[in-house]
Amino acid sequence: MMSKFKKNMRTVPEVSTASLPDIVFMLLFFFMTVTVMKDTALKVENVLPNANEIKKLEKKDRLVFIHIGRPTGSFETVLGTEPRIQLGDKFADASDVGPYVLAKRARMPEHLRPFLTVSLKVDKNAHMGLVADVKQALREVHALKINYTTYEGDAHKNLE
Amino acid sequence: MPRRAGAPEVNAGSMADIAFLLLIFFLVTTTIETDAGLDRMLPPIEPPETDVIIKEKNIFQVNINKNGQLLADGELIELDQLRGKAVAFLENNGDGSCTYCSGGKKDASSSDNPTKAIISLKNDRETKYATYITVQNELVGAYNELRNRESERLFNRPFTNMEAEYTKQETPAEVKEELKEKITRIQEMFPQKLSEAETSSSSSS
Repeated sequence: MMSKFKKNMRTVPEVSTASLPDIVFMLLFFFMTVTVMKDTALKVENVLPNANEIKKLEKKDRLVFIHIGRPTGSFETVLGTEPRIQLGDKFADASDVGPYVLAKRARMPEHLRPFLTVSLKVDKNAHMGLVADVKQALREVHALKINYTTYEGDAHKNLE
Repeated sequence: MPRRAGAPEVNAGSMADIAFLLLIFFLVTTTIETDAGLDRMLPPIEPPETDVIIKEKNIFQVNINKNGQLLADGELIELDQLRGKAVAFLENNGDGSCTYCSGGKKDASSSDNPTKAIISLKNDRETKYATYITVQNELVGAYNELRNRESERLFNRPFTNMEAEYTKQETPAEVKEELKEKITRIQEMFPQKLSEAETSSSSSS
């Protein structure tokens, strides 16, 4: 009896790692399909508020993003702590919003242009003044469909 | 040539390393998109050619000041009360023409019927965006509550659920066609008339 145990202890069977690449490849494909490449580096703080009565933005080809928030990190020393607008990957004024959206619209295929939607990604600590300026600029170029992009969650948490 | 039996095996031991490398690359350079939000239409910049006269009682005025306090129809209220107030206003059914407003109080000083009821949202320039979104969320919630109720009654499924399926890209065309009909029907029952007036500056208030 004892000798049988001893025998087993001596020769531990090696764990086969042959399926490891398969597992890792599976993970890889999962991440390749559900994620998208980051196209812009964020230069502003962008913690979106929560909301629960939201609709998903399914079609990515007709979206134009506008980020608003406090400049982050090293930009803060140059630009201060007041919220700023980021278009593409640079800082901009409210007056640049119109031309930016028009340029984006011109680059879109013609059948998509009427459906252009502007996704406003605004930091929850930004004030409405800047958002109002952006909205006014969007009205001037007739980009009327907007989406206040938010996280999914309890809206009442925003006030804490 | 005695030894031809088997081709030499390729060592696949480093395969896992290569796959891990790729995996880590994709983890670092990509993001999972979190794109969902509140859809809104801005009013066009050109003023309408004919002035539409809207009765005072058909407008539900919501004001947010810079401290995040809410004024709804001249009353200082808490955020929790807003949704209930908006629902009551929308389905008030003052002139009795709305056959599906089951909860309507028929208050003469509130809205005539859901198609005439307008919610007007005003805010200060100093209002925090988070507060604004919370209020927007409550108002959209009020519309959704009523729409869901009617949708449950007519089609046995919530309106928001139908809308979500309609916007999904995988939904087949014939299903979409059918959904669209139902969605427009509900939307006509409770049209979302949420006006966002230009913000007032803090000095004038």
